[in-house]
Amino acid sequence: MKIGVLIKQVPGAESALPINDNETGIQEDQASFLMNESDSYALEEAQKIIELQGNGEVVAISLGPDRVQKIIREALAKGADRGIHLQTESKGLTDPLSLAKQFAKVLESEQFDLIFSGLQSDDSGMGQTGIILGELLNMSTASLVVGTELNDNTLKVKRELEAGWSQWVTLTLPASISIQSGLNQPRYPSLKGIMGAKKKELTIFPESDFMVDGEKQSIQKMFIPKTDKKTEMIEGEPDAVVARLVDVLKNEVKVL
Amino acid sequence: MDILVVLESSNGSLHRMSREAIVGAQSLADENGLSVSALVIGIDTEPLVSTVSGMNLDEVLVTNHDLLSPYNADGFAECVKQVVEKENPSLVFVGHTYQTRDYFPKVSARLDKPFIPDVISMVKEGDTFVYTKTVYNGKLGSNVVSKDSGCTLISFQAAAFSEENIVSGTASTRSFDIELEPSQVRSSAEAPIQEEAGGIDLSSAELIVSVGRGIEKEDNLQIAKDLATALNGELASSRPVVDAGWLPSSHQVGSSGQSVSPNLYIALGISGAIQHVVGMKGSKNIIAINKDADAPIFEIADYGIVGNVLDIVPKLTEAING
Repeated sequence: MKIGVLIKQVPGAESALPINDNETGIQEDQASFLMNESDSYALEEAQKIIELQGNGEVVAISLGPDRVQKIIREALAKGADRGIHLQTESKGLTDPLSLAKQFAKVLESEQFDLIFSGLQSDDSGMGQTGIILGELLNMSTASLVVGTELNDNTLKVKRELEAGWSQWVTLTLPASISIQSGLNQPRYPSLKGIMGAKKKELTIFPESDFMVDGEKQSIQKMFIPKTDKKTEMIEGEPDAVVARLVDVLKNEVKVL
Repeated sequence: MDILVVLESSNGSLHRMSREAIVGAQSLADENGLSVSALVIGIDTEPLVSTVSGMNLDEVLVTNHDLLSPYNADGFAECVKQVVEKENPSLVFVGHTYQTRDYFPKVSARLDKPFIPDVISMVKEGDTFVYTKTVYNGKLGSNVVSKDSGCTLISFQAAAFSEENIVSGTASTRSFDIELEPSQVRSSAEAPIQEEAGGIDLSSAELIVSVGRGIEKEDNLQIAKDLATALNGELASSRPVVDAGWLPSSHQVGSSGQSVSPNLYIALGISGAIQHVVGMKGSKNIIAINKDADAPIFEIADYGIVGNVLDIVPKLTEAING
């Protein structure tokens, strides 16, 4: 059993997000990057499956500039067996169809039984790359996965539906699934894991290995959203803030 | 065919977000002199067909195929692909639902056409359609354009259009034959199950105290519970709190939880990612406390406090309890 896990490095929830000069993205040197949240759940789920099987391999895969090797090393420290870096000069494309084609070029020869990805990235949030990749590699696919159960020649996944419902779906192998956050408890790397990660294999593919023709969609302009809503910002020491809040609850919202 | 709206069934009736997508298509068609068709997929399509044939649409395409029920990603993706290839719409609209998130990326791959998801609004600039979506969990907006000369697939975020604005009329129906073999469907689904039946119903609550990541740890939940008790309100949360196992999922507000519209919604340590906001933006009054001054929750709050929930809320509860 060989599982590839797509992981993406994105600005963390606390990161500054200043917009760049040509207004098509953020100033990356001002951002602090982390492994995308749902991707860390995907990685954990892959590791759990391999551990339960007793044999097999988890391969951590990321596309981007050299900074993304940090999260590949993090995945190796958590126990992934090897890493693949699709190395780009800049931050890479934002079009999921082109991105999936790039992944497909490099990963086709790996013949993965399973490909896991996070449901969506916390930056562009397109929620498509893992599913399109599965389609390009002729795999069955499922999204919004909140549980897995590997059987002989099938993968049973629990899919989240709307309004608190869910559904078990049995997929033929190979399969590519995208994973919703919260289905497991992602582990922390151990000290031994961190030391061992340095010795693990990390294969780097230069961009010339995975060039694709023109983007299918692109960002024309990024901006700070504005709303018409008038927000009263209540400022001051906690006591003054609380006094104003009590006044709001009594006299404006009228719930006291 | 100019615009094709692919419809979705929700327990046998037309999904609310399909209605909204129809409104978007109707208004765009009205402004630009375009035609709008709708596609109904499945077997036993009659209830949906009878609903949409009373709407102002040029045509309703109906596919009946045994392999299209129950829903499966391969069959639905193949169905939309065949309709698009035959009918050549320039735009395909859907709601950004759990179902379309599952199979529309496959349609994009099979047609080699762009899928721009989760769009909140669109405008026409010259000959180009510009689609706006939120990125970085709602902190930034992004205008996206298609780079493909052919068809573009678009899904709309909940409430991008108001379903009350749907224009009624009459639409003719036409059946469309799909070629689909059992071997093309690589999944089989069991019956849907409801998690935690008998959970709380937040949809009718008048006052909600809701907690997010900013509560920091499970022990601090008591602070929010105490405020909810003092105000006689219900306790709710954003997804990270449920993911951490601090509250059952029945407390979750947002796109994967409940939609609420109380008189007062107090958001404690909730950043305001779009997935949460779609579930609570209908609240009449919103008070938000968050230590991040740039948190998008302040964009929709009536009252905002930049500060630590753990400092302010216990004092507020004490003041209310007198």
